[in-house]
Amino acid sequence: MSITLQGISKRFGDVVAVKDVNLSILEGELVALLGPSGGGKTTVLRMIAGLEMPTTGDIHIRGQRVNDLPVQKRNIGFVFQNYALFKTMSVHDNIAFGLKIKKWSRADRDARVAELIQLFDLSGLERRYPHQLSGGQRQRVAIARALAPKPNVLLLDEPFGAVDAKIRQELREWLVRLHHDLNVTTVFVTHDQEEAMEVSNRIVIFSRGRLEQIGTPREVYEQPANEFVARFIGVMNVLEATVRDGQARAGEIGFPIHGAPDGTQVRIGFRPYAVAVSTDLGQYAHRATLRHTYFLGILLRLEFELPSGLIIRGRMTKEEYSTLGLEDGREVSLQIRNYRVLARDDAPLGGELATPQRTPPHIAENI
Amino acid sequence: MRHQRFNALPGFGLTMGYTLFYLSVIVLIPLGGLFLRVFDLTWAQFWNLATADRALAAYKLTFGASFIAALLNSVFGTITAWVLVRYRFLGKRFLDALVDFPFALPTAVAGVTLSDLFADNGWIGQWLAPLGIKAAYSPLGVIIALTFVGLPFVVRTLQPVLEDFERETEEAAATLGAGRWRTALTVIAPSLLPALLTGFALAFARAVGEYGSVIFIAGNLQYKTEIAPLLIVIHLEEHEEGKAMAIAVVMLIISFALLVSINLLERWASRFQK
Amino acid sequence: MSAPAPATRRLRDTHRKSDRASEETPLVRGLLIATAAGFLLLFLMVPLVNVFAQAFSKGIPKFFQSLADPETQSAVRLTVMIAAIVVPLNVVFGIAAAWCVAKFEFRGKTLLTTLIDLPFSVSPVVAGLIYVVMFGMRGYLGPWLQDHDIQIIFAVPGIVLATLFVTFPFVARELIPVMQATGTEQEQAAMTLGASGWQTFWRVTLPSVKWGLLYGIILCNARTMGEFGAVSVVAGHISGQTETMPLCVERLYQGFDAAAAFAVASLLALLALATLVIKSYLEWKQHALLEEAQRTADDPSSLPPS
Repeated sequence: MSITLQGISKRFGDVVAVKDVNLSILEGELVALLGPSGGGKTTVLRMIAGLEMPTTGDIHIRGQRVNDLPVQKRNIGFVFQNYALFKTMSVHDNIAFGLKIKKWSRADRDARVAELIQLFDLSGLERRYPHQLSGGQRQRVAIARALAPKPNVLLLDEPFGAVDAKIRQELREWLVRLHHDLNVTTVFVTHDQEEAMEVSNRIVIFSRGRLEQIGTPREVYEQPANEFVARFIGVMNVLEATVRDGQARAGEIGFPIHGAPDGTQVRIGFRPYAVAVSTDLGQYAHRATLRHTYFLGILLRLEFELPSGLIIRGRMTKEEYSTLGLEDGREVSLQIRNYRVLARDDAPLGGELATPQRTPPHIAENI
Repeated sequence: MRHQRFNALPGFGLTMGYTLFYLSVIVLIPLGGLFLRVFDLTWAQFWNLATADRALAAYKLTFGASFIAALLNSVFGTITAWVLVRYRFLGKRFLDALVDFPFALPTAVAGVTLSDLFADNGWIGQWLAPLGIKAAYSPLGVIIALTFVGLPFVVRTLQPVLEDFERETEEAAATLGAGRWRTALTVIAPSLLPALLTGFALAFARAVGEYGSVIFIAGNLQYKTEIAPLLIVIHLEEHEEGKAMAIAVVMLIISFALLVSINLLERWASRFQK
Repeated sequence: MSAPAPATRRLRDTHRKSDRASEETPLVRGLLIATAAGFLLLFLMVPLVNVFAQAFSKGIPKFFQSLADPETQSAVRLTVMIAAIVVPLNVVFGIAAAWCVAKFEFRGKTLLTTLIDLPFSVSPVVAGLIYVVMFGMRGYLGPWLQDHDIQIIFAVPGIVLATLFVTFPFVARELIPVMQATGTEQEQAAMTLGASGWQTFWRVTLPSVKWGLLYGIILCNARTMGEFGAVSVVAGHISGQTETMPLCVERLYQGFDAAAAFAVASLLALLALATLVIKSYLEWKQHALLEEAQRTADDPSSLPPS
């Protein structure tokens, strides 16, 4: 076990930033701390680093309790959101800083810096100063500097926040490769669920200081622990519904529901991929009009409007779209195949329910 | 998400402790000592000392001349700041650097050279004397010296405000049909006002306490050209500490009041600048 | 009272087209420029030129003779010595004050910064007086000091104290905004790399504020060497012993040896000019650094990794 947090809480004055977090991170894992701003994820990262002290709870790194160990002695590498490169030092001196502090010999130092310059593709930039580098280069220098003294753990605070969208994608792939090559335990903070899903082995989801769920990207997407996670990860349709005759009704759509008396207000959630669409108006239960098509690349996002004015978001591939011959304004029939009854934010969610089907599963199910 | 807490950064106790210690030893305790001494006097005694005729004449000259000097600096300082920010001309950088000269020049040097210039046989004084204007050894001399020492304040306070001032605002006024003078009066002047007042107050506060540059040119005649700081020195040399301290306390209280109003003015001014 | 023009001021130069609609006519512009230039030349340039003209008015030999006078020599030495004591003390204080004000949040911060600025709004004469009240013969500690044969007033320690007071805020007020602007992330980064507090300060903080520090030092030095009012109250005017250069100027001028007075004054004027030149250079340097940083930050040609 590389990092263990037991019952960690942090208060800033009257504000509780982190509430009773328990978390274990395995050796060599690449973990994302994900959540909206103010969720407490950066505070958790800074507590692991020793830049903040937990109000209560214990932190262990590689089996050693580090609560009383100052940041200097924790042997962690930390990459700041805005990189915090030393402005008065060259790239070489930035990377060598930690080695100098740790009193490496000059020869070892130069060899280590040269190795990292090579690994991080910074050749030719050794004498440059931070203000002479591009955003992507700065970020690589920051990571190289953090990794130079061979830390036990690499911690990154919003590592892709400060670069523009195009470079961000490349940096993500690069981080995955780097982690694969170096195999150092890595924890990074992000508010971008797509980034977390794409890069990490496991995702830790925070909201308002609490840990909501830990799991692989697939787990948090397919089995969200609660409504917050379900809504935060991926796109979700959420409908306000009223129970009548064992069905939660929203507009003209009814969702079978058990154990809720008539008149109960519930929320029904379903993923866009659970919406089956056909141009055969008789195929599915509900008629709808395709209002808008958003082209996101290979996938399209579709917005349907039911006669009652209910808006439902669906998703399909470009191929499927053209096979069906869809276009904006087209009348279709649709059906919601899987859905969940959403509870309050913090209550655990039940499993996914299936709507009784009239037809065999649709091709769009796998998307 | 960003908590501005740096409990990991060391040295707060040490630096804070040293700052408070040094501040107390050099500034607070000596200033407090003066006030404590004055509290030994009864209110009536203090009042008599602080408002003696000679002291009243000195206040009148000090504050009157400071006010006029600050006013002069407001007018010429505004023009100077405007010219330095808005126009390009030969020697602009030189003039810009020159504005700080009164900060850098020791006040005694300013005093002797101004006194020399404006004396009846000086470079400038010789042209004024035939006109019946007595510049040196008169209240006018005091105003000249105080204008010199306060010169940078208005310019340096207005410059950044003018630089940040959006040209588009003026152009908007022009497209709405306002002439240049109307624009200057209705659009530019109101947004410069807070900074101008701050600059005025700074120049005034500096002038009130000024000593070195004034005493050479003033002539230092009792009741006529004797400024309040000089009167403190004179009383001190005559071993009249009570009188010196009473005037000093009056000056200090006025300085503090000015400091507070300058802070308030600066806060007000910053509301107009994002 | 705030001394204007910290190093960060006037960073934007304003190159603007002169043929815009919202522009004064050439005549008005010319008049305004002439007024400003006339005002500055009359009030600043003429007095400066006059210092040197008067210094050499009795010939070059007289100029050097005045400077070679033993009392003048000793005034120069004392002034340099005072600066050598006062400037380092206020630098240490300035760094300490800037560190706690700029890098930490605490209650009463505004009050503290106001108190640090306080000496600017106190008349130099009053600054001298408070030390007389403290250490003078009839002051709080006067009798005790006399018993122990320690002289502060009318001696070098008094001059040092009075000068410390009037130059108290210079370094701190230049450093605080610079340190605030650089933030704390670089320091935190140094600490995650194992640097101790001192190592962080010497290797990371100090290099990043060196221009601001230098700026504060030269301003502090100029005021220290040129201080007149406060020093004149506590020094006692014993020529050859407690007479600094500005006091020497006064004695010679009052003694109707104007040429000698201006000879000494010209040294101080040279100091002022040197201060202005260094100050302009530092501002230009800061400006260039900022511009470069801005240019590279705007540079879209960010190279993709690998």
